[in-house]
Amino acid sequence: MDFDDTREEAEFRKEVRQWLAANAEPKSGAFETWQSRYPGRDGYEGLERAKEFQAKKADAGFAALHWPVEWGGRALPPIYQVIYSQEETKYLVARGYFEIGLGMCMPTLFAFGTEEQKRRHAPVALRGQEVWCQLFSEPGAGSDLAGLRTRAQKNGDEWVINGQKIWTSGAHWADWAILVARSDPKAAKHKGLTFFFLSMKTPGIETRRIKQISGASHFNEVYFTDVRIPDSQRLGAVGAGWGVAITTLMNERLTSGDLRGPDFEEIFGLARSVGLEDGPAIKNSAVRERLADIYVKTQGVRLTRFRTMTALSRGETPGPENSIGKLVNAPKAQEIASFAMDLLDMGGVVMDKDTAPLRAAFQESLLSSPGGRIAAGTDEILRNIIAERVLGLPQDVRVDRDLPFDELPTGAR
Amino acid sequence: MIGTAVPEPYGGAGFGYLELCVLAEELGRSLAPTPFASTIYLAAEALLLAGSDAQKKRWLPRIAQAEAIGCLALAEGAHVATAHNIATRVTGGRISGTKLPVMDGDVADFAVVAAAESSGRAGLFLVDLKGEGVTRTSVSTVDPTRSHARIVFDGAAAEPLGAGVGGWPLVERLLDRAAVLVAFEQVGGAQAALDMAREYALGRFAFGRQIASFQAIKHKLADMYVGVELARSNAYYGAWALSKDAKELPVAAAAARVAASEAYYQAAKENIQIHGGMGFTWEFDCHLHYRRAKLTGLMLGSTRRWKDLLIARLEAAA
Repeated sequence: MDFDDTREEAEFRKEVRQWLAANAEPKSGAFETWQSRYPGRDGYEGLERAKEFQAKKADAGFAALHWPVEWGGRALPPIYQVIYSQEETKYLVARGYFEIGLGMCMPTLFAFGTEEQKRRHAPVALRGQEVWCQLFSEPGAGSDLAGLRTRAQKNGDEWVINGQKIWTSGAHWADWAILVARSDPKAAKHKGLTFFFLSMKTPGIETRRIKQISGASHFNEVYFTDVRIPDSQRLGAVGAGWGVAITTLMNERLTSGDLRGPDFEEIFGLARSVGLEDGPAIKNSAVRERLADIYVKTQGVRLTRFRTMTALSRGETPGPENSIGKLVNAPKAQEIASFAMDLLDMGGVVMDKDTAPLRAAFQESLLSSPGGRIAAGTDEILRNIIAERVLGLPQDVRVDRDLPFDELPTGAR
Repeated sequence: MIGTAVPEPYGGAGFGYLELCVLAEELGRSLAPTPFASTIYLAAEALLLAGSDAQKKRWLPRIAQAEAIGCLALAEGAHVATAHNIATRVTGGRISGTKLPVMDGDVADFAVVAAAESSGRAGLFLVDLKGEGVTRTSVSTVDPTRSHARIVFDGAAAEPLGAGVGGWPLVERLLDRAAVLVAFEQVGGAQAALDMAREYALGRFAFGRQIASFQAIKHKLADMYVGVELARSNAYYGAWALSKDAKELPVAAAAARVAASEAYYQAAKENIQIHGGMGFTWEFDCHLHYRRAKLTGLMLGSTRRWKDLLIARLEAAA
């Protein structure tokens, strides 16, 4: 493990710092990370400002460092993206709007789209002029994504889509989307899927915002009624959609995983400032023990990332051990929020920003952190991934693998 | 191998701490029943930190040649040993008091002993265990793969260790450095326990399938893996701080110790659980890791105490 940049990396970091200092707004506290993901109740509030910043970032050549030069990237090794992200997190940048499009949709288009499609979509996505979303999950297909049942039926040179997606982040502000749908219900579950991209302005699409337990609305239900997609917007072969979706999801792991709530620094600060029945909270041994547990986990994840960075820096590919980051951080965020409120005792329930410490960041996190344990791989799915891909343990016994999809048991039958 | 970390002028190979960490991990993985930790991480390290040139010349070459075993005599029974409650006394170069347990104290040639002078100032002293005024008896512990002793000093000759740093800060510095090295033994042991559990779960069939295909087992193994990796990362950082003698060492060492002690205990305990009844038998090695996990978790002070220390150091740094 190497904790120092190489000379080239150090020069790049300097360049990034100078550019950010001149163009971005610094944070007033680390806990603002998550608040700046999608500013505002339904996310519209920060959209225009985010698009303006994204255009500047793209013009300066920082928006997609590892992309090929012809699509506006710099073709740099992944470690440079890590360095840029480390520096950018010190600023108030609402990067969430573009993560799905640039981190997941474009890499899929690069792998399966035509040259003309890449030329049409990549530059405008990079500059934030067009935002993308990902139409994957369904009411009956979350962790078990391949169980999706939105239908795609071929009709001449077009496909006709009917069905429903859910948990689609940003569908209400997105211009374009990637979609995986079932083209053959008689085929086995993973073999009857086909992958498309489409404009969110296509007639027959209805988007309904979902109100989260935090009160915010960042994701949606999306309904399809006879939505028509030209066959030219199919990505990959008919029936090969699962393989394309895996390409998208492999990129998701590189995109997600940052802790977006108050972390060790904030709970440590709170313990140092708040009093308990027997004196300052920081002097209470039960409090100290829990703080130490949180510190060791925080450092463990941070340092495991350094190990990943060292691997990236040497040109090695980091393995699925990356998935421990989210598996540790997401429950930890929830624990920190709950622990902080315990320290505030009866007053812990107050969410008034002018009264609660850190402008109610802990209370907000109590209500937002459960989502972190579910989105982009639940805690349980991540444990399966570690068990199967890192430790090489067998898959669970599957009853759905070789049967025609329309003969699989469901709760409805 | 013994002389890895002993500097060349004293007859060792003069490798650095990073090499020693690699070695420690392998010793932990193999459950090595040797007095390596006592001799190298504790006794030799104390000499390197605070020994006079004569003291170093007397013991280090013999350690490097595997002709001398050293140990640390700190605890005085079933309670926490602190700068304020150490009862062993040194007066006029003579030491008296009872130390229990002393890891490898029954086989060691010399001991680094925590004791207080008549002024009340506690620190470390060097005692030749083959000399007059030393009575040693073996004591049984939860881990019979490492021997332990009760040592009664009755006017044995004792030389202060204190060139450079002395007093209780020397004890803390010594324990910090050993904490990093023991963390690597613990990471090695935890990885071995995880590997054992994995192998067994793959080979054992129940209800017509490998038990490794049950999520209750898979998730348990995944949690063990997460614990080991977090401990490994904390230990690597400790190794870096130790090798550079960085100002971050006290915090890094405490974090490495807490993470590694907990990961090893978790892995060792769940390894028995995954083995089922076989894991509870003498014939399987599961109990050896279980014993070693608890021993290494206490040998430099309990996790509870290191957590408190970690927070105290973070407070001091804030």
